[in-house]
Amino acid sequence: MPDRRLLLLAGLLLAACSFFLFWGLKGPVGFILELRVVKLAALLLVGAAIGVSTMIFQTVTGNRILTPAIMGFDALFLLIQTLLVIVLGGSAYIGLLGPAKFLIETAIMMVAAMALFSVLMGRGRTDLHRMILAGVIFGVLFRSLTAFFQRILDPSEFSVVQGAMFASFNSVDTAQLALAGVVCLAAFTAIRPLIRALDVVGLGRKSAIGLGLPYDRMVLGLLALVAALVSVSTALVGPITFLGLLVAALAHSMMRTHRHALLLPAAAMISALILVSGQAIFERVLRMQSTLSVIVEFAGGMLFLYLVLRGRVR
Amino acid sequence: MRFSYLLTFVALLVLSLISAAIGAATLDLGTLGSDPEALRLMLASRLPRTFAALLTGASMAVAGVIMQLLVRNRFVEPGTTGTTEAAMLGLLAVTLAAPAMPLILKMSVSALAALVGMGGFLILIRKLPPSQPLLVPLIGLIYSGIIGAGTTFIAYQWDMMQYLGVWMSGEFSGVLAGRYELLWLAGLMTVIAYIAADQFTIAGLGRNASISLGLKYRQVMALGLVTVSMVTALVVVTVGMVPFVGLVVPNIVARMMGDNLRASLPVVAGMGAGMVLACDVLGRLVRFPYEIPAGTIFGVFGAVVFLWLLLARPARA
Amino acid sequence: MIQIQNVSHVIGKSPILTGITTRIPRHGITALIGPNGAGKSTLLNLIARLTPLQSGQITVDDVDVSTAPTQELALKIAVVAQQLGVSSRLRVRDLVAFGRWPHHRGRPAQRDEDAVDQAIAAFDLQALQYRFLDELSGGQQQRAFVAMGVVQDTDWVLLDEPLNNLDMYHAKELTAGLHAMSRPGTERSRSIVMVVHEINYVAAWADHIVALKDGALVFSGPPDQVLTEPILSDLFGMPIRVVSIDGKPVILHHM
Ligand SMILES: Nc1ncnc2c1ncn2[C@@H]1O[C@H](COP(=O)(O)OP(=O)(O)OP(=O)(O)O)[C@@H](O)[C@H]1O
Ligand SMILES: [Mg+2]
Repeated sequence: MPDRRLLLLAGLLLAACSFFLFWGLKGPVGFILELRVVKLAALLLVGAAIGVSTMIFQTVTGNRILTPAIMGFDALFLLIQTLLVIVLGGSAYIGLLGPAKFLIETAIMMVAAMALFSVLMGRGRTDLHRMILAGVIFGVLFRSLTAFFQRILDPSEFSVVQGAMFASFNSVDTAQLALAGVVCLAAFTAIRPLIRALDVVGLGRKSAIGLGLPYDRMVLGLLALVAALVSVSTALVGPITFLGLLVAALAHSMMRTHRHALLLPAAAMISALILVSGQAIFERVLRMQSTLSVIVEFAGGMLFLYLVLRGRVR
Repeated sequence: MRFSYLLTFVALLVLSLISAAIGAATLDLGTLGSDPEALRLMLASRLPRTFAALLTGASMAVAGVIMQLLVRNRFVEPGTTGTTEAAMLGLLAVTLAAPAMPLILKMSVSALAALVGMGGFLILIRKLPPSQPLLVPLIGLIYSGIIGAGTTFIAYQWDMMQYLGVWMSGEFSGVLAGRYELLWLAGLMTVIAYIAADQFTIAGLGRNASISLGLKYRQVMALGLVTVSMVTALVVVTVGMVPFVGLVVPNIVARMMGDNLRASLPVVAGMGAGMVLACDVLGRLVRFPYEIPAGTIFGVFGAVVFLWLLLARPARA
Repeated sequence: MIQIQNVSHVIGKSPILTGITTRIPRHGITALIGPNGAGKSTLLNLIARLTPLQSGQITVDDVDVSTAPTQELALKIAVVAQQLGVSSRLRVRDLVAFGRWPHHRGRPAQRDEDAVDQAIAAFDLQALQYRFLDELSGGQQQRAFVAMGVVQDTDWVLLDEPLNNLDMYHAKELTAGLHAMSRPGTERSRSIVMVVHEINYVAAWADHIVALKDGALVFSGPPDQVLTEPILSDLFGMPIRVVSIDGKPVILHHM
């Protein structure tokens, strides 16, 4: 029997989706509906990816403040894309078949994320604030490096690849979307059998090892999955820094449990709900374009500040 | 000490000569006397650009060290405490409300906003336990992020994003005679900071020690905050932000020669000036004839040094 | 002489000090004693104008601390506060030299350098004087701060737990040094007010004692009147024995 709160979330999400699809529908209905379905699928996918990846990440790092996005994982993805363009050359990059390109990027991303994380955890395991701050600065470094390498590109070449590299909710590529869906599905399938083990990982390294979990290997595997999910969401819509934080905090306070069987679906649905309803309100009601991520940044930032100041850092 | 002054000076001189010589059009320094066209180029573009980079670097580094002493934390600078973002917000607001206002007035509004932004930060961190020095920059970064999100929102709504882009990335390619002179004001603030060097050093010992030595603590605090916000606003208005200068340079200098500003301030200013100029020169060379903004290069360099400071030794703040 | 008249202090709603009235004599060492949280640091900070006075009056040699200009007071009172925590990177010598700042305000003369030399010698800091403060041990830092307070060359030196972190040797040296410079009749005789927890140091070196408990004055007077079994037992809420060795009181409180 599914949890009642999860059912409630599912209901709300369904309502938000229909609102997004059918509100103010006029003109060439078939065409507009098709556009909206694509966008909705992207929102749901990104929502689920961000919700689940943040939740797992926080369990693994044992804190409620750092998220993959704050640590610059999505900036890392953009950096990898830029470097690929430089190494391969702009036309070759564009010429790469869609699936191959995305899979290569995701693979590199998974390796890089694990390496980065090993550095960070190795140094900072004992000092949470140092680890968080270093994570934040790594994010800054990736963004600066990306800016730097983009300047190194020929301006003409840069404009050619810019379209392929920078995504937003308003320009979702259908082929990309299908592929992202497959990767996402694969990641979720891999996570499913680990859900119970995740509850143990949440107890911390010493307890987990004491309980017989192959902790270090498990953590690396989980991080690889997190990296794959971040790749999906960044490739589809670009970086959104604070959404994951907002979602994880909401999921924790709503579910009040350590059980990931409940936490993960809750996070996925809350995240999708925020994105779908937020985008619906912005697009359909307020008629503003793509400012949703700014608002999410603002609200998420406030929450982050509140968490830090109230000493909710475990 | 003499040696570090001399070294700074020589390095600056060499860098300035290189900076004057290179650019999209080649310029032979030897022909300046005979070629009026070369002289004109030198006076209208190369020299102003060199001065702008030097002044920006020196004043940002000094603003950083003052801020670190007043907040008593090694990991703060205008860019990690919401000061820069607030300056941009103020500048954005005044540009929207009164586009025709003279630059100096816009700069003043921006400085005022920077002051308010920094005040907000100081209020936020007042209650923090001193045993957690890394919480201060962490909160500062988030606080900056929030102000930045608000600024982006406004810029987006009123179609001002490209202005924001210019203010955010420090770049000297657009500097010409007549378009950068406000920066000399930042240079002046640096000189004033040097005159008050002892006061700032004492303030860095904390409120109790300052009062005990008969220092007018609030006045020194106020002078410091005004200096920092003025410098920040001036740099944002004229050339755009160069991130991390105020953080990286004072940390390096403090490691070498400590925090007694009377002795170290000239080196802080010189090193800041030199590093920013070096980044500008590098930006002109790396992708010749295109240019990479100095701010972008310093962003990479500064983040690496920050990480090194953070991970390579136990925190002491 | 320091006159404290009817001084009360509240933080938020909780009373920290209630109606303190007492005098601290010129010359000699005055020890402020009492259990943790008694209000000793608060009182010391009020005298040193580090905390603004809320009610009552405090005068130091007839100068009202709440109205006198802070620069003038810096030539009269030096303070070494309880929590030092420095984040700046200063050399020991630079720190001590800043103690002369109220005198030269940025333009040190030869006599300022001489005073710094003397203080550095007096507090056994020669070997450390060019080291950075943040690379010293807690006790070494503590000595540097005390030296900074003393070099300020004021009539009054207020110290909050100066013996913190010090080993036996340096604790005794420091107290003896302060004692020596507070003898009346010497060339530059100062008055020392210090918070001390080590009650036997009080017994051995203090000339006057002010005892606080729960923000109220319990007793003030010369050591032989304060350091008695009933007063001490009551002050600290535990049985305490006082014995006499070589004519001096020795307090047995640790057994
Ligand atoms: N900032 C503050 N806010 C609230 N209460 C405070 C504050 N500072 C001090 N107090 C309270 O005031 C009382 C007196 O503190 P004070 O520091 O003067 O004690 P003390 O006698 O110096 O103690 P110790 O021997 O531990 O140094 C204590 O009960 C303390 O809890
Ligand atoms: Mg105390």
